[in-house]
Amino acid sequence: MIARRFIPLLATFSLLVVMFIVGGFQFEGFASLQVVTNLLTDNAFLLVVALGMTLVILSGGIDLSVGAVVALSGVLCAVLISEYQWHPLLVFPLVLVIGTLFGAFMGTLIYVYKLQPFIVTLAGMFFARGLATTISEESVGIEHSLYYAVADAGFALPGNAWLPSSVILLLVVFGAIFLLTHFSRFGGYIYAVGGNRQSAALMGVPMARTTIGIYAMSSFLAAFAGILYTFYTFSGYALTGIGMELDAIAAVVIGGTLLTGGSGYIVGTLLGVMLMGIIHTYIIFEGTLNSWWARIAIGLLLFIFIALQKVLNRSSTRG
Amino acid sequence: MQDQQQEQHALFELSNISKAFPGVKALDTVDFRLFPGEVHALLGENGAGKSTLVKIMTGVLAKDSGCIQLQQQEIHPSNTAEAQQLGIAPVYQEVNLLPNLSVAHNLFLGREPTRFGCIRWQQMAEDARQLLTRFKLDIDVTESLSQYSVAVQQLIAIARGVAMNAKVLVLDEPTASLDSSEVEILFDILRQLKSEGIGMLFITHFLEQVYQISDRITVLRSGKLIGEYLTTDLPRSRLIEAMLGQELQQVTAQPVRTDAAQAEALLTVTEASVAHSVDKVSLTVNKGEAVGMAGLLGSGRTEVCRALFGIDTLKSGEIKMREQVITLNQSADAMQQGIALCPEDRKTDGIIGPLSIRENIALALQVQAGWWRYIAPDQQRTLANQYIESFNIATPNAEKPIEELSGGNQQKVILARWLATRPQLLILDEPTRGIDIGAHAEIIKLIKSLCDEGMSLLVASSELEELVAFANRVVVMRDHRKVAELQGAELTAQSIMHSIAEV
Repeated sequence: MIARRFIPLLATFSLLVVMFIVGGFQFEGFASLQVVTNLLTDNAFLLVVALGMTLVILSGGIDLSVGAVVALSGVLCAVLISEYQWHPLLVFPLVLVIGTLFGAFMGTLIYVYKLQPFIVTLAGMFFARGLATTISEESVGIEHSLYYAVADAGFALPGNAWLPSSVILLLVVFGAIFLLTHFSRFGGYIYAVGGNRQSAALMGVPMARTTIGIYAMSSFLAAFAGILYTFYTFSGYALTGIGMELDAIAAVVIGGTLLTGGSGYIVGTLLGVMLMGIIHTYIIFEGTLNSWWARIAIGLLLFIFIALQKVLNRSSTRG
Repeated sequence: MQDQQQEQHALFELSNISKAFPGVKALDTVDFRLFPGEVHALLGENGAGKSTLVKIMTGVLAKDSGCIQLQQQEIHPSNTAEAQQLGIAPVYQEVNLLPNLSVAHNLFLGREPTRFGCIRWQQMAEDARQLLTRFKLDIDVTESLSQYSVAVQQLIAIARGVAMNAKVLVLDEPTASLDSSEVEILFDILRQLKSEGIGMLFITHFLEQVYQISDRITVLRSGKLIGEYLTTDLPRSRLIEAMLGQELQQVTAQPVRTDAAQAEALLTVTEASVAHSVDKVSLTVNKGEAVGMAGLLGSGRTEVCRALFGIDTLKSGEIKMREQVITLNQSADAMQQGIALCPEDRKTDGIIGPLSIRENIALALQVQAGWWRYIAPDQQRTLANQYIESFNIATPNAEKPIEELSGGNQQKVILARWLATRPQLLILDEPTRGIDIGAHAEIIKLIKSLCDEGMSLLVASSELEELVAFANRVVVMRDHRKVAELQGAELTAQSIMHSIAEV
C-alpha cells in the first residue's frame, strides 16, 4: 500500500510519464534522452530556484525575491567580469555571498520582527530588481575563456545525447539539497517549523537559526541560479527572471509540496519543474499552438493539484 | 510515608512566585513543590493562575519575582529548550508535537542519531520502537503522527519527555480528550514513572481523576495559593470549596426573586444534545428571569451556551423560543431570534482588540442592520457614549482601542454591544471571569436591573455566591448533564456546591 503522503508525488510522476509516452507516439524524437537533457538544461536555473523555494514553502513561508535575485546576480557577474575584468572564479563566490547575506537579512527581519514573509520578500524583490537595473539597464555580454570552456564541457550520452556541464552541476546541487532536506537536522527543523511554529518552538527547535537559514539558503540558490543563467545566455540582464518566483512556486506546488508548509519532497520539485518543462516542449513539438497554451495547461494543472491536496488533507486529518 | 516525604528534599520547588500582566496580578507569591515519585495535582478554576505558573516553570514566561529550584539548585530557564535541557518536560492538552513528522522524528527531534551529519532514519526508528515498548505502544513509528489518535499522541508526548531524561513532567490537562480506557493506559504509565522517581505535576478539571492518581493537591484561586493538601486528607467537598471560594459576600444583597409560576416561558430547551459535549439537557428560561448555570470547567456549561447561540449544532432535542421550535445553524439565526451571547473567552471570542470602543459596541447592531444600512459614525458615537455613561466604563472617550481597557471594562463594552441589539435572551458565559471586584459588583447589579426591565438572562458562572445573588433558579451541570435545578429556599452556595460535588 502506498502512503497517502506520496500520492501527490506519484500523480506528478505519472503525469510526466504519460506526457512523455503520448508525446513519443505523436512526434518523432520526443521520447528521447536528448529531450530529457534539454529539459534539464533549459530549466536548470528554474530548478535551482525552485529547490530553494521548496525549503521556504516547506517551512510555511514564501520567497518572492528569487527572480530579482537571479537578475541581480547575473548583472553583477556580467558587469564585474566584462567591465571590471575580474576573474569569474573571484566573482562567483562574491555573488554567492552577497545573495546569501541578502536572504539572511530578509530572514532576520521575518524572525526578529515577526513580519510576513510575503511582504518582506516582496520588498526584497523590488530592492534587488531596482538595484540590478541601476547597475546596468542594458544587457551586458560576457566574453571570457572560462565561459567558452564550460559551455563546451560535458559528456556524450548514448543515443547521440549530450550531457552539458551545467546539468552535471545541477545534479550536484540537487543531491546536496536533497541530503540537506531529508537527512540533516536542519531539514527536520524546516519541516517542524512548517508543521506548527509554536510546537516547534516548544520542542526546542532553534527558531532564529532555522528561519534565517531557510531564507539565506533560498537566496543563495537564487544567486547560484543567476550564475547558471549567465552560462546559458552569455550575458547578464536586469530584466531576466521576471515572474520566475511564480514559476518556481507553481513547480513546487505541482511537485506535491503543501503551500501551508510541513509536507512535501525535494524530488517532487524536480518532477514539478520537469512536468512544466515537458508541457512547453510538447507545445513546441506540436508547432501550431501558441506557446501561451503552456500557461493555460499549467494553470489548470495547478488548480487540479491544489484541489487534490485539499481532498487528501481533509481525509487525513482526524476530527 | 508523609513524614518521610517531609524529610526528603523536594525535587522541584517554586517559592514566592509573582507575575503581573497589565491590569491583573496573575500570580501573587505562590509556592509549589514537587517530590520525586509523586503525582501532584494543581487545581483551580479559570483564571486561578495555573497556566501562568506552568508557563513560568517550563520557561515560556519569565517570573517577576520568586525562586525556582530543581534538586536544590536555583535555575533560571529562559525558554522552553533550556527548561527541557534541565529536565522539565511539558505535555500539553492540545498535543504540542508535530503532526506532519513521523512518530520517531517527533520523539527525537533535535537529537536524531547521525552519522557524518546524516540522520540515520533506521536507527532512529529502532530507538523509537524500543522506547515505546516501555509504554506498551506497538505502532508504526515511521508513520506520521497525525495518523494516530490524540491518546496515542499524548503518550508519545510523554515518551518524548521521558526520553529526554525528564525529572519533572508537567502534564497540562493530558486527559481532556481521552476516553476512560485511554485514561487508564495513561495512568498505568504515570504509576510506572512514579516508581522510577519522576515527579509529575498534573492539571485537570476531572476531580475523580485527581483522587485516582494524585498524592498531593495544591489549590490556587485568583492568583493566590489557597493551600497544599495530601489527597487522602482532603474530601471532595472541601476541595471544591477551596477552588471556588466564597469571596463575594459583599455583593450578595438579599436576592429578590419573582414568582416563576406565573411567568411565561421565553426559552424552552428539551433534551438537547451536542456531540461529545452536551447530553440531554432540558431547561427553561422565563421572561424577566435570570437563570444561573453552575458546574466546573468542562461540565458542559459553555457548550450549552454555544448550542443556544447556534455555534454548535444539536444532535438531538429541540429549542423553543416563545413556544416556536427554532433551528439554530449559525449565530446569525440566534441573533434573529433575539438571542445574544457574551462568550467565556473575552480575548479570542469577544473583543476585537485594535478597534475602538465605539466600533466594538456598534458591531453586533451593524450585523443586525445588515450590509446596506450603515450605521453612521455619529449614531455610533451617541450609542457608545450612552453606554460608557450608564455602565461607568472607565475611558477618556469612545475612540480608545478596546485592548487598552481593563478586563472589567472590556466586559462592559461586550455587554453593551449585545444590549444595543435589544435581545430578549442574553446569555452570559462567565461574565465576571478575570475582572476586579469593583467591576464584578457592577456587572451583577447590571444583570439584576436588566431582569427588572423584562430581559431574560442565562448566566453560566463558576462563582457560586454570584449565582445565588442574582439568579432566580440555578441549573447545575456535571459531566455534560444537568444534575440538579435549584430554586427558592434550596438555592444557596452550599447546595450548589453539594450538587456539583455529588455529595
